[in-house]
Amino acid sequence: MPDRTAQLIACHDCDLLQRDIQLNPGCYASCPRCGAVLYRNATDSVDRTLAYTLAAAMVFLGANVFPIFSIEVQGDRSAITLFEAVLSLWNQGMMTISLLVFLTAMVAPAVELLSITYLLLPLKLGKVPPSYPLFMRVLQFIEPWCMVEVLMLGVLVSLVKLTNNFRVIPGMALWSFAVLTLLLAAAAASFNARDVWSQLDAKWNDQVSP
Amino acid sequence: MERPGVAVTAGGPIAAARGLCACHVCQLVSRRVPEASVAHCPRCGARLHFRRPGSVQRCWALVIASYILYIPANVLIMMETGSLISYRRDTIVSGVVHLWKTGSWMIAVIVFIASVAIPLLKLFSLTLLLISVQRRSTWNPRQRTRLYRLVEAVGRWSMLDIYVVTLLAALVQLGSMATVKAGPAAVAFGAVVVLTMFATMEFDPRLIWDPLQKEEFHD
Repeated sequence: MPDRTAQLIACHDCDLLQRDIQLNPGCYASCPRCGAVLYRNATDSVDRTLAYTLAAAMVFLGANVFPIFSIEVQGDRSAITLFEAVLSLWNQGMMTISLLVFLTAMVAPAVELLSITYLLLPLKLGKVPPSYPLFMRVLQFIEPWCMVEVLMLGVLVSLVKLTNNFRVIPGMALWSFAVLTLLLAAAAASFNARDVWSQLDAKWNDQVSP
Repeated sequence: MERPGVAVTAGGPIAAARGLCACHVCQLVSRRVPEASVAHCPRCGARLHFRRPGSVQRCWALVIASYILYIPANVLIMMETGSLISYRRDTIVSGVVHLWKTGSWMIAVIVFIASVAIPLLKLFSLTLLLISVQRRSTWNPRQRTRLYRLVEAVGRWSMLDIYVVTLLAALVQLGSMATVKAGPAAVAFGAVVVLTMFATMEFDPRLIWDPLQKEEFHD
C-alpha cells in the first residue's frame, strides 16, 4: 500500500519533485524546469465554476432545442437543430461520422456540465457527492472531447458557404452556441481540480471520522 | 520583471528517482516500491505508474495508423455538392481552393489551417517527439515540451470540416434543387482526428526529461 506524501508536487510534464507552498490569491505556480503551470490559487473557484456551469447548462439546452439556421429556396424553408443534423447524417448512411459529431458536440458537453454540477453543487452545500473520484476521472477523460468551440467555428464556416447560394436565416441556437462557447471557456478557466480534490477529501474525512 | 508565479528550486530530483509517483488522474504524489507489482492511488484508486506503460509503442502505432489514413482522407471525396446548374466533388484541398477562388479567402485559410496544416503538424510533431525520446536525446527539452503542449491544444480544431459537412449535408436536401453529401474521405478524416488525439494522450511528456537524469528508476 503506497503511503501518501503530502505537500509534494511532481510536475505532470517533467516529473520534477517540488514542495507545495501557499500562494497569494490570483497567483499560479509554474515548474521551474519545463514551465508547466502546476497549480493556481483562484479565489472562489468553486462558486465561479458552478455559476458558469449552471448558466452554460441552460444555454446548452437552448442550443440543442432551437434550429441553428434555416435556408429558404423558392418559398421552401428548411431549418435544422443539431440533433436533426446528426440524425440526417445517420440516415444518409454516414453512421461513423454521425456518431462522432453526436459524441463530441452533444454527449461530451452534456457529460462535462453534468459532472461539474454533480461534484460542485453538493460541495457548495457542504456535502460530499458519492463516488466523487469516479466523476473526477470522468471529467478529466471527457474534457478533450468536448468540442463546442470547434462546432461554433464550423457553424460559421457553413454559414458563409451557404450564403453563396442560399438566403440564410440565423436561428436561436446559433446565438446560444456563441454564448455557450464563452461560458464553457469561463467554467474551464475557473475550475481548479486541485482545489476540488482537496476540498472533497477534507469533507470526506470529516464524514468518516467526526 | 517578476512573474506572478512562484518558482520552486530548479535542478531538484525527479519524483520517480525517489520512488515517488504522481497519480495521472488526481496528481497526488505517493510513495511506491519500485518492484511491487501493482499499486493504486490512495485518493482516487487509479493505477500508479512511474511512466505511462507502453507509451512510446502505443503512440507509434496510433501515429502510423494516422499517417496511413491521412492518404485516403486527402485523396478521396470529402463532399459532393449538386444543384440544377452545377455538380462538384471536392476533396479537402480542392474544397479549400474553391473557397479561395470564390472569394471566401478568410474561410479558405481557416479550413486550410484546421484540416490540412493542423493534422500534418500534429503527425510530424509526434514523430519528432517519439524519435527524440527513443534516442534519449537531451536536445532542448523545454522546447520539445512546449511543442507537445501545442499539439495537445490544437488537436481538436481539425474536427472543423466534419462539422461543416454534417451541417451542410443535413440542411441542403431540397429535393432536386440541391444536394450536399458527405463523401468517404469524411470517415478517414474523422479517424485521423480521433487517432491523433489518442496518440497525443498516450505520449508521456516526462519521457522527454528522463535522459537528463542521472538517477535510475524502474517501473
